[in-house]
Amino acid sequence: MSGIIGGLPEPVLSFAYLAAAVLFILGLRDLTHPRTAKRGNLVSAAGMAVAVGVTVLWFEILSPLVLLAALLVGAGIGTWLAVTVDTTDMPQLVGLFNGFGGGASALVAGAELVDNAGRGGAALPVEVTAAAAATGLIGAVTFWGSLVAAGKLQGFVEDPIRYTGENVVKAGLLGVAVVAGGALVTQTHLFGLLPDSAWVPSYWVVVLAASVLGVLLVAPIGGADMPVVIALLNACSGLAAAATGFALSNSVLIVAGTLVGASGLILTVIMCRSMNRSLTDVLFGGFGDTAGSGEDETDDYEGNVRSTDSEEVAMLLDVAERVVIVPGYGMAVGQAQHAVAELGAVLEANGVEVVFGIHPVAGRMPGHMNVLLAEANVPYEQMQELETVNSTFPETDVVLVTGANDVVNPIALQDADSPIAGMPVLEVWKAQTVIVNKRSLSPGYAGIPNPLFTNDNTYMLFGDARDEIQALVKAYKETR
Amino acid sequence: MAFVENLTLFVLAGFLGYELITKIPATLHTPLISGTNAISGITLIGSVLVAGSGQTVLATVLGFLAVVLATVNVVGGYLVSHKMLRNFGPRRGD
Repeated sequence: MSGIIGGLPEPVLSFAYLAAAVLFILGLRDLTHPRTAKRGNLVSAAGMAVAVGVTVLWFEILSPLVLLAALLVGAGIGTWLAVTVDTTDMPQLVGLFNGFGGGASALVAGAELVDNAGRGGAALPVEVTAAAAATGLIGAVTFWGSLVAAGKLQGFVEDPIRYTGENVVKAGLLGVAVVAGGALVTQTHLFGLLPDSAWVPSYWVVVLAASVLGVLLVAPIGGADMPVVIALLNACSGLAAAATGFALSNSVLIVAGTLVGASGLILTVIMCRSMNRSLTDVLFGGFGDTAGSGEDETDDYEGNVRSTDSEEVAMLLDVAERVVIVPGYGMAVGQAQHAVAELGAVLEANGVEVVFGIHPVAGRMPGHMNVLLAEANVPYEQMQELETVNSTFPETDVVLVTGANDVVNPIALQDADSPIAGMPVLEVWKAQTVIVNKRSLSPGYAGIPNPLFTNDNTYMLFGDARDEIQALVKAYKETR
Repeated sequence: MAFVENLTLFVLAGFLGYELITKIPATLHTPLISGTNAISGITLIGSVLVAGSGQTVLATVLGFLAVVLATVNVVGGYLVSHKMLRNFGPRRGD
């Protein structure tokens, strides 16, 4: 087999793949700082161009038209999706792309097996069939899991879907996939049920079982756990690519896929730690089932909640020297990031120190709040992580919480029996005054009341995030 | 390449990934996800090989679909990351 540059000595191909792997690594290294991150993304894209370009030119392509058509269709769809997406829809698009990577890996492994069988090829080595089985399993779970996750984030799929005995069903499906995978590896005829025909049925049994498993795994997981799911699916898409690399014995697939897998797993761990929950708890446990007190939430607060309006808050801000803004998913839902950013800008223009305190699991994917605020022109220096901002609350005059609830709930530190016990939270109550902007007193995802709302130094600013913050900006400008 | 060599790459890349990714600040976690996601589209190489050299119709069809999915992943992933990272600017007036 040889293509356009296929006449060159064999190591040239390996060198090109090495160069691509180095570019991926340099690209990731540049992502360690916002200043160099954009360059890092371009470096990484250059690595991809090298890897794909060399592959296309090196190998003999029997049907160049098919390949070209597929590349154009894919590039067209990808560009269209990326260009037309709103920043607020970013989580579902990222989830969708994750799925496509996993799905592609599963198809590649399948096509390779089918191709080998179609050529009447000799039995494949065990490590190849094992890698193919792993690819089919991880890839199909990633594809369908991501579709469900994206559907939930878009609001197409009900959230969460739970039923009794779900873990038994999931275990059963995994069992089917593993048995079929074993049949593929050992090249047995799967109990004689399926013929060992040209389309390699045992592989597709793996893919089918894994597909249903992917749907059932993500279906019961609720919205606020989505950052964990997105990170985990990210890891899976990388591991699927790495497994494909084992099946094809391709170095750059293994290196790049493993880097992605490591990245996704680290993010998964960070997200779980930020909620003080284990991964198994997120995937199989469900959440808030035990919290019965969410039913009559207004009783918990009866008579102890003080509400305020934008004029009053503007007066508080007028004398403040340091303000921390804590955004949550409500800011994304209300598309209030531009109003919030404007508030930060006018405060800063009047000599107020402004910081955005961002909890790692605020929103629906890791770093969700940061992307929204960056789009609204908030400089990245103003966005501070939990540990940094927590020590500064005692010196803060006003904290404005908008659209966040569980991540500022003091119960996490006080009540060991609470569903969010031990979760690191933003200790906003240590500030002079806390303003909580929320539509109602309804509980957050955890389904528990938040005693912060009844604190002596807390005022509730009820209303839609965007309307209230815009009114606040107007009122603040008038006081100056 | 032998299985052991592949495994060596896998293990070393895992450690390298750990060292690199733990240094990335939380503020860039979304671009990190979409950027690494685009990298996972490297599986495109595999699909190019299969789609282009498939001897049977079924292998070619599967390869075609794989190329489409992987290309959406690669092109879309990098563009979306670029779109997000463009917004991460330093403090105004600096």
